[in-house]
Amino acid sequence: MNKLKVKHRLAKDKLMLWSICLLAAMTAVPLLAILGEVLLRGYDQLSWSFFTESTPTAYKAMKAIAAGEPIPGGIANGIVGTMIMLGMAIVVAVPLGILCGAFLAENSKSRFAQFVSYLTDLLQGTPSVIIGIITYIWVVVPMKGYSAIAGSVALCVMMLPLIIRSTEETLKILPISLKEAGLALGGNKSRVMMKVQLPAAFGGIFTGVLLAISRVIGETAPLMFTALGCSLIRFSIDKPISAVPLLIWEFFNDPNLQELIWGASLFLLLFVLTLNLLSKYLAKKWNH
Amino acid sequence: MESLTPILEFKNTCVSYTKQTMAVKYVSAAIERNTITAIMGPSGCGKSTLLRAVNLMHNLYPNIRVDGEILLNGENILSMEPIDVRRRVGMVFQRPAPFPTMSIYDNVLSGFALNGMKLSKREKDTTVERCLRSVALWDEVKDVLNKKGTFLSGGQQQRLCIARALAMKPDVLLMDEPTSALDPIATKHIEELLLELQKEVTILIVTHNMGQAKRISSKSMFMYLGELVEYGDTGTMFSNPTDERTKAYLTGKMG
Amino acid sequence: MNDRLYRIILFVVALVVPIVCGGVVYALVTDAHEAFEHFGFLKFLTSSEWSYTEGNEQYGALPFITGTLMTTLMALLFCIPFSLPVALFVGEYFRETKIASVLSTVTDLLAGIPSIIYGLWGFYTLRPIIMALNISPQGSGILTASLVLAIMIVPYAASLSAEFIKMVPNDLKEGAYSLGATRAEVVRKVIFPVAGSGIFSSYVLAIGRALGETMTVTMLIGNTNNIPDSITSTGNSMASIIANQFGEADGLRLSSLIAIGLILFLITALINMIGKIMIKRARIV
Repeated sequence: MNKLKVKHRLAKDKLMLWSICLLAAMTAVPLLAILGEVLLRGYDQLSWSFFTESTPTAYKAMKAIAAGEPIPGGIANGIVGTMIMLGMAIVVAVPLGILCGAFLAENSKSRFAQFVSYLTDLLQGTPSVIIGIITYIWVVVPMKGYSAIAGSVALCVMMLPLIIRSTEETLKILPISLKEAGLALGGNKSRVMMKVQLPAAFGGIFTGVLLAISRVIGETAPLMFTALGCSLIRFSIDKPISAVPLLIWEFFNDPNLQELIWGASLFLLLFVLTLNLLSKYLAKKWNH
Repeated sequence: MESLTPILEFKNTCVSYTKQTMAVKYVSAAIERNTITAIMGPSGCGKSTLLRAVNLMHNLYPNIRVDGEILLNGENILSMEPIDVRRRVGMVFQRPAPFPTMSIYDNVLSGFALNGMKLSKREKDTTVERCLRSVALWDEVKDVLNKKGTFLSGGQQQRLCIARALAMKPDVLLMDEPTSALDPIATKHIEELLLELQKEVTILIVTHNMGQAKRISSKSMFMYLGELVEYGDTGTMFSNPTDERTKAYLTGKMG
Repeated sequence: MNDRLYRIILFVVALVVPIVCGGVVYALVTDAHEAFEHFGFLKFLTSSEWSYTEGNEQYGALPFITGTLMTTLMALLFCIPFSLPVALFVGEYFRETKIASVLSTVTDLLAGIPSIIYGLWGFYTLRPIIMALNISPQGSGILTASLVLAIMIVPYAASLSAEFIKMVPNDLKEGAYSLGATRAEVVRKVIFPVAGSGIFSSYVLAIGRALGETMTVTMLIGNTNNIPDSITSTGNSMASIIANQFGEADGLRLSSLIAIGLILFLITALINMIGKIMIKRARIV
């Protein structure tokens, strides 16, 4: 009887081990399925012109489909738009985020810093569609029109908490002796921060920025009501502009352009996942 | 018949962490029933490793290997099911660690709960009282049995852990420096307790405290660099050690 | 630069965060005001009508609140059987092994996939499967959206739970093993009770993520403005109704959408706050 019970318990133990392995392994299925689908369907759309030409009009696309030809054009307008908006967002969010993170790391015990820290969490948890709404209210309404500026404000607001957090955390795990050594050598706090702490934290901050970029680059919802989209390659920042995820959304909704979805998705997915892996790799490398 | 087979016997027991380094080398010794046997030696000599092998703790860590034999009542435990062995061999660790989510009452019975054994309310009550009495904790906690075990003092927590091991009625109780995290008064309580307990259970205790070994054990082992250097009556070993290394350790020239 | 100036600069920069947050709340409240004023706050929350025929505009948030809660809770339900094993795999069974770090990379990558691509995959792969299985004729709906949503939140729930599972002291686990427990019994009777509050809080934060997820839900939920009557029926979440209609709305409808945004913001903030507080408590214990 006792023997039987032990056997039963051991069988249960084994069953648990195997189900955990099986279920855990199954999380790889959607990743592989998504990667596979996007790769297989997007692979033959990628060509030189896909990256250098802008999106065709629905009329052009219809004509090509009727003639049995591949749809002309590409996603250059989206790539340019993404780069412009992301660039502007980075220029503002990175320095602000780093200084703000430095403030939180230096004053971690003050009431105000705890309040700021709490609000940073709040901002980070705010759904991206709401960032879209408020940027619409803040920028699009007063400027009386959709623009690249509005899009970059939305991306900037989304990046800011991510950069603040990664800076703060990196600074906090630096050995305290580093700061003390700097202060002991007669540096004042600002010098020590600029010349000792921030350079020492460079790796962590840099990977944090990379991760923040990879997070926001695929964001669609906040750009829909801010940058709007545009089928031309544009460099002016006060006019509507496109972005790669916005193009995917456009292609998804326009039956004539559906062929272009997968190429654009493949580009976006590879870009985001490469950034992701790169930041993880760098974080590991710089930690040792 | 029973008294002829030693309750626990090591036969050429070896424990290795990697292929090159052996933590315990060819230990052979027979432990007598209802005694307290102390294992002494400088830190890193393999005494804890040897003790943990008796409870098959090494099975939890895939890179540890045990060779040779360890016989419990004549049966080699190395080829037995760990969960069977561990029920017959109790273990008390260095730091007292009662389960923080369980009450004192449930902590004593945790062995049954973990093994999926069901007891009647009456059996539960008698087991809890018996075990807490045998660790001299009953009078102190009988009114707070439903409080969490972590609310007790360190010494009380360790006695609770001993009670939890005793509840399973083990043949052998292994103790890995059970008083090293406790203050002198709590230590004294536990030592008195062990002297009482040896009537019901055979105790194997690792200690780095020579005074403790002298006070409570009838047999002692001295280990050095993984080898069992000397094993015999505690009195003889302290008054007249045969090996130079034992002598050096006991006189404080080593360790 | 002297210390005083440096401090002032840092302080002023740090003010940006409260200003932005204040700006969010201020903008949402002022622009939602019209809708609340017109319908009444409670009426707006509990009305299930959404019609924009001119002259008789009726807007209520109930269908979208229901849709959001349904998708979120179902996503949570579907997510647990996968995220918990992943957490145990990474945090206990294979902790600190190569294979565990491979699995964490997999979940990290899952977390990195943009939501619009999840939407595409759901639309072009999962939806046909749902239709082929005869679960629902149109394929889109609450069920489809929550399935994909579940995959999206697995990484968040799993990585945080794994952290708490790793924090269970080895002393306790060895203590349990020494009493003869199997690993499954240690997991159920020691690890889960001890890490329980931490694991729970990681699911609260995962809910916070799922509530505001926009593109995936918009592409899969079917976009109808009625209260969903079953898990396979179509509907709209708060985020998806905004994504769908914000661009074309003005006047009272715009204000109503912003009011829905405000409600979504408040719910998300509340859930996240509860999660963070619980995590802080769980870390101390």
